[in-house]
Amino acid sequence: MLVLALENHTVCTDLFGYVGIEAVLDQMRRKTMKVGLEFNIMVVGQSGLGKSTLVNTLFKSKVSRKSCTPNCEEKISKTVKLHSVSHVIEEKGMKMKLTVIDTPGFGDQINNENCWEPIVKHINEQYEKYLREELHINRKRRIPDSRVHCCIYFLPATGHRLRPIDVEFMKRVGKIVSIVPVIAKADTLTIEERQEFKERIRQDLAANGIRVYPQKEYDDDPEERILNDRIRESIPFAVVGTDKEHQVNGNKVLGRKTKWGIIEVENVAHCEFANLRDLLIRSHLQDLKDVTHNIHYETYRVRRLNESNMNFSELGLSARPLENGTADTSESESHL
Amino acid sequence: MASTDVARQPGQGVRPLSLAGHVGFDSLPDQLVNKSICQGFCFNILCIGETGIGKSTLMDTLFNTNFENLESSHFEPQVKLHAQTYDLQESNVRLRLTVVNTVGFGDQMNKQESYQPVVDYIDRQFESYLQEELKIKRSLHNYHDSRVHACLYFISPSGHSLKSLDLVTMKKLDSKVNIIPVIAKADTISKSELHKFKIKIMSELVSNGVQIYQFPLDDETVAKVNTTMNGHLPFAVVGSTEEVSVGNKMVKARQYPWGVVQVENESHCDFVKLREMLICVNMEDLREQTHTRHYELYRRCKLEEMGFKDTDPECKPVSLQQTYEAKRQEFLVELQKREDEMRQMFVQRVKEKESELKEAERDLQGRFEQLKRLHADEKAALEEKKRLLDEDQSSFGKRRAAAQLLQAQSLTANGKKDKDRKNIKRQTQVALWADLGRCCYYTGGINDSRT
Repeated sequence: MLVLALENHTVCTDLFGYVGIEAVLDQMRRKTMKVGLEFNIMVVGQSGLGKSTLVNTLFKSKVSRKSCTPNCEEKISKTVKLHSVSHVIEEKGMKMKLTVIDTPGFGDQINNENCWEPIVKHINEQYEKYLREELHINRKRRIPDSRVHCCIYFLPATGHRLRPIDVEFMKRVGKIVSIVPVIAKADTLTIEERQEFKERIRQDLAANGIRVYPQKEYDDDPEERILNDRIRESIPFAVVGTDKEHQVNGNKVLGRKTKWGIIEVENVAHCEFANLRDLLIRSHLQDLKDVTHNIHYETYRVRRLNESNMNFSELGLSARPLENGTADTSESESHL
Repeated sequence: MASTDVARQPGQGVRPLSLAGHVGFDSLPDQLVNKSICQGFCFNILCIGETGIGKSTLMDTLFNTNFENLESSHFEPQVKLHAQTYDLQESNVRLRLTVVNTVGFGDQMNKQESYQPVVDYIDRQFESYLQEELKIKRSLHNYHDSRVHACLYFISPSGHSLKSLDLVTMKKLDSKVNIIPVIAKADTISKSELHKFKIKIMSELVSNGVQIYQFPLDDETVAKVNTTMNGHLPFAVVGSTEEVSVGNKMVKARQYPWGVVQVENESHCDFVKLREMLICVNMEDLREQTHTRHYELYRRCKLEEMGFKDTDPECKPVSLQQTYEAKRQEFLVELQKREDEMRQMFVQRVKEKESELKEAERDLQGRFEQLKRLHADEKAALEEKKRLLDEDQSSFGKRRAAAQLLQAQSLTANGKKDKDRKNIKRQTQVALWADLGRCCYYTGGINDSRT
């Protein structure tokens, strides 16, 4: 009864005059401002590497766990516990719900085997939560996003190479989340030592097949590739964090005051904190979220649906045969 | 400051903080916009209206281009939809626009099923999106979204009220798509008639419960404009791609002997308002409404139809997996049952056929036996006849031998007994002929040619 004439080729047409299509960019901006933004960042590293301080410096406010619970004693916990704190911060009309997930106890025990397990479990739990919400019949208008968008991994500034715990962690976790490795407390390295250290770390990463953010495979166009190549050449960033301000040349700057000088945190000649901040917040914030949503979450979803053999086409939902119902063949190290 | 979704979320200790300096995440909208520019936008408009009411012309005028649509005839047997996709670019924004036109709407004698092709088309686009979403390996961010974002419904400028076809169609579509009614060819209505017409149309829509698209009022930058525009619905539009010189400018207009109707003159028609609302202010909202309201409704209905629920009868949350497993079991059981049924049927048929064949075999066997018996009987009869014939022959032979002996004896006893001999001879001959005759009589049955 129904006859549909559908022509599938796309025609390129020129506009004779102004239409107003570009106003859609403004519409998008307004919508983003109205809706706000959720960002979840995880910091992983041994105690004493300055994780909390760095996060506070990044977001210029007391967002870390330590600042929120000032009364807790700093005992080293027996197992890795995850502790997440959420804040709403606003800048120029843009509201952001920032969640910082801290991992006290990581790498602190004598026997650190499998210390990444609680972390992997937590990350997968967030994916699972999102997946369940997405599969509901009555879905919320906006599914609350608690997935980890970025994981900052702190490398101690030994000056040598990656340690076994670093390799193991980054190998496993790098598959499921975007990892950004940083060299913590980099003010103990001179510039030359820093360059050598970074070079060796990059070699180690390549040798072990560890993919850190920004991953080469996900570059969409040549421009992005050029930009990301430059970033890849300088990771891991050597950072110094602080929340104290000092006077330098008449300006108030964030810095660490020592007997031999003031290390300015935001000075690119001193440390790479500004680069890290630009990467995470000013240029690649949306990209981090997109990579998490389009790639890591989808990988998880494929694996999960294949595990539970949920193939909706069997129930006659799809009229066309699925051409890609094959299982994901990644190693299953899920700790679900 | 309007409260946002983010702040409203239930906090597990979510506290607002103030920043000590410039962090920089206010550039997020720009990052998002840059990404979208790279990816391009997509927008799908459906135009429903009678043939010749000016749908193609209005599209050409709205997007300031020539879409090369051919005029359609009035003699289409059914309503069809014709979709065409165009790639437009304005400065750095790329738009993939799909314009879907109805062909033959309102031309048939019986218009009862006119709305059905349109509803089917819209549902089909939702269905293909749903299937993509439910795939295991899917690529939603690359997917070319073909769901209808806006539906322009062209009302003919009768000046009185809506036609029943209009009401029926709009009622069927209002839960599936954002409907924006427009009054076409508005240059045939005078200002006062137009005002009354608009009021009549809106009141009819309200009294029939038709939900048309309302421009959103929650964003204060555009709330004011949208409220005003909501009061001007439906827009009375005039479309034209020809240019006429008015004053010292060339403007898009329609030239009549009594004057020039300028398309972009707000006092002449509402075209500018339509373009403003449809494209410049609310395009993103139209897309969002389609996705979050109409598509979700379709998805919910479709999945509930298939038997998926969020909570089971005791109101405990049921995960999709459990429902899925249950359904799958059901399905497999059903499959198994059908397989068994088929197998049984097959076995039965085989049995039947076998018994038929056995029957036939027995039949044949019987006939064979019968024939055999017949043959045996005939054979026996013939054997009998042969025996008798043989007997006669042998007795005939004996008698001939005896006669010859007698002849020989009578030859030696000369003459007196000639007569006797002759008599005896004649007698013997007579007897012989009689025997022969009998033989012939007997052989007559075997040798048919004698008789």
